[in-house]
Amino acid sequence: MPGVDASNGAPAILDKDGLGQLIAALRTKGYRVVGPRSADGAIVYDDIDDIEDLPAGLGDETEGGRYRLRKRTDDVLFGYTLGAQGWKRFLYPPRQRLFAARRQGAGFQVEAEEGEEAPMAFLGPRACELAAVALQARVFGDKTFPDPGYQARLAAAFVVAVECGAAASTCFCASMGTGPEVTSGHDIRLLEIKGQRFLAEAGSDRGREILTGLSLSAPTAADLKMVAAARKAARAGQGRVLDRDTAAALQSMPDHPRWDDVAARCLSCGNCTMVCPTCFCTTVEDVTDLSGDHAERWRKWDSCFSVEFSYIHGGAVRTEAKSRYRQWITHKLSTWADQFGSSGCVGCGRCITWCPVGIDITAEVAAIAATRKGTQG
Amino acid sequence: MTMTAHSLAEDRDPMLPRLFRVEKVRRDLSDTFTMELLAEDGWEFVFRPGQFNMLYVFGVGEIPISISGDPADRSCLVHTTRAVGQVSQALNALKAGDSIGVRGPFGTAWPVESAYGRDLVFVAGGVGLAPLRPAIYHAMSNRDRYGRVMVLYGARTPEDILYKKEVERWRGRFDMDVLVTVDRATGKWSGNVGVVTNLVMKGGFDPQQATAFICGPEVMMRYGAQAMEKRGVGRDHIWLSMERNMKCGCGLCGHCQWGPHFVCKDGPVFRYDRVADLFSVSEL
Repeated sequence: MPGVDASNGAPAILDKDGLGQLIAALRTKGYRVVGPRSADGAIVYDDIDDIEDLPAGLGDETEGGRYRLRKRTDDVLFGYTLGAQGWKRFLYPPRQRLFAARRQGAGFQVEAEEGEEAPMAFLGPRACELAAVALQARVFGDKTFPDPGYQARLAAAFVVAVECGAAASTCFCASMGTGPEVTSGHDIRLLEIKGQRFLAEAGSDRGREILTGLSLSAPTAADLKMVAAARKAARAGQGRVLDRDTAAALQSMPDHPRWDDVAARCLSCGNCTMVCPTCFCTTVEDVTDLSGDHAERWRKWDSCFSVEFSYIHGGAVRTEAKSRYRQWITHKLSTWADQFGSSGCVGCGRCITWCPVGIDITAEVAAIAATRKGTQG
Repeated sequence: MTMTAHSLAEDRDPMLPRLFRVEKVRRDLSDTFTMELLAEDGWEFVFRPGQFNMLYVFGVGEIPISISGDPADRSCLVHTTRAVGQVSQALNALKAGDSIGVRGPFGTAWPVESAYGRDLVFVAGGVGLAPLRPAIYHAMSNRDRYGRVMVLYGARTPEDILYKKEVERWRGRFDMDVLVTVDRATGKWSGNVGVVTNLVMKGGFDPQQATAFICGPEVMMRYGAQAMEKRGVGRDHIWLSMERNMKCGCGLCGHCQWGPHFVCKDGPVFRYDRVADLFSVSEL
């Protein structure tokens, strides 16, 4: 195969075989490769062995409260927009044991979690998903109290981003400034341009090193034209926009009547928080065995939509659904900036898709924005 | 003023407890007790007044409890707890010799040093005296550095007065004023009856020169801060200590959010002017 030298970082074309080589090379280097698969009627990110595991010819349709896989007319490998959940579950697992403890006389001993985890290679993160990883890295990278597990997993992870060549109706990354083009957080970025052919570019030294070992060819003018068209389509095809000014101002509107309106629809199920790639809240669970001599402490994803979330002696602080929805969206869009310097929303639209009643974060902000214009003249 | 918590150790997982041994347990009230703890590995616990620890009971759970001992006394770690929930009741069942897990200290502190040269007014409600006691100890050990020192304390009944003997000793001192009020007089009580805000209105300090540290139930702090303000104390000289659900104590679990603040690391001690607006929002 006529090869091109990827070591200078120039964009190159990677075909289906080349992608197979990439997966094999990552596995040879000891990475646990995680990528998109079709399972349970959805695209899910899971372990993949080879290119055959990828969801060839499958696309997704999303709308408020609706998600469907559909067969595409072509055989592209990354023809869907997003997996049902992002990469959070790999970097910050839904259940993590914090420690085990063993009774010893009147006291007990604490055993820290040990053991090696294989480094992960993520195949397929979109721009909004990498933006979410970067946001969580800030949360878990606090100077005083960082989360060592998150830091270690992220530092070890190899990222093969796959840029979007189309957008879903629930997408609004363009209005959040997080996509659709992948600009950081990747070792390699790919853009599938047709017939399982990719434009490949390295984003780091280790990305360059891996790419150099693959069969690459030089992009033609027609290839580059398709790349430009795909990027344009991914931006133009976004079905939603978030009013960022109003979103940022939500913390100054705790008494807005819209909270009552949304509370009448919200089921407080917490789906939005489970699929949100930036939601980071957790609770802890203590368990003991039957002898009572062995205890474990687990950290589990939690949702601010539960009443217990805010419990202090005497009762919960946020007893009403209205307060809980307000907390979620206000934190995500407004107070997140006070805490971490930016919005906590990346515009992936999962909270819209997976809300059983189709509550739309962009529509709620728009409804509030409409009343602001009314009052502010 | 930014205050960062004293970290356990740079390379230590903040979610991993350090083991302490219960040295002494004292029953303060029917439902309130004070424990003295010593690190099993001899580690010397250093904290600033107003900070808290996460206390872990084997197999039961973990709760945030403020430190109530003297910050200058490194010989032991002191916690006063009211047994109201599952974990605090399990804490209450611990005896001398038992082990306990400790993570901390976490959170911001009462700014005892920036109040040097000023009158210091402590306003406490109920068990809210416990998180203030380290600051009161600091004020007594550095008595010359302050103007007047007052402790205004409200309890439900005379039987609910925390650290009663100690409060009586403080009251006998000539260099501090201690006023106590109860919601409901019982027995031979001949003192003040009514809310602690009434004591604030009585004065005895120079509002222009006073710094107030307030700790108690949220509603009491709200009215206490308003009373201080009414007396002429600047909002930027009023400090209070908040309480919220906490699972980690170090800004990772998200539970303690109060508006833009994480109560665990931006608080628990807040300057009133920075949070006054949040007090008026229900279920925030």
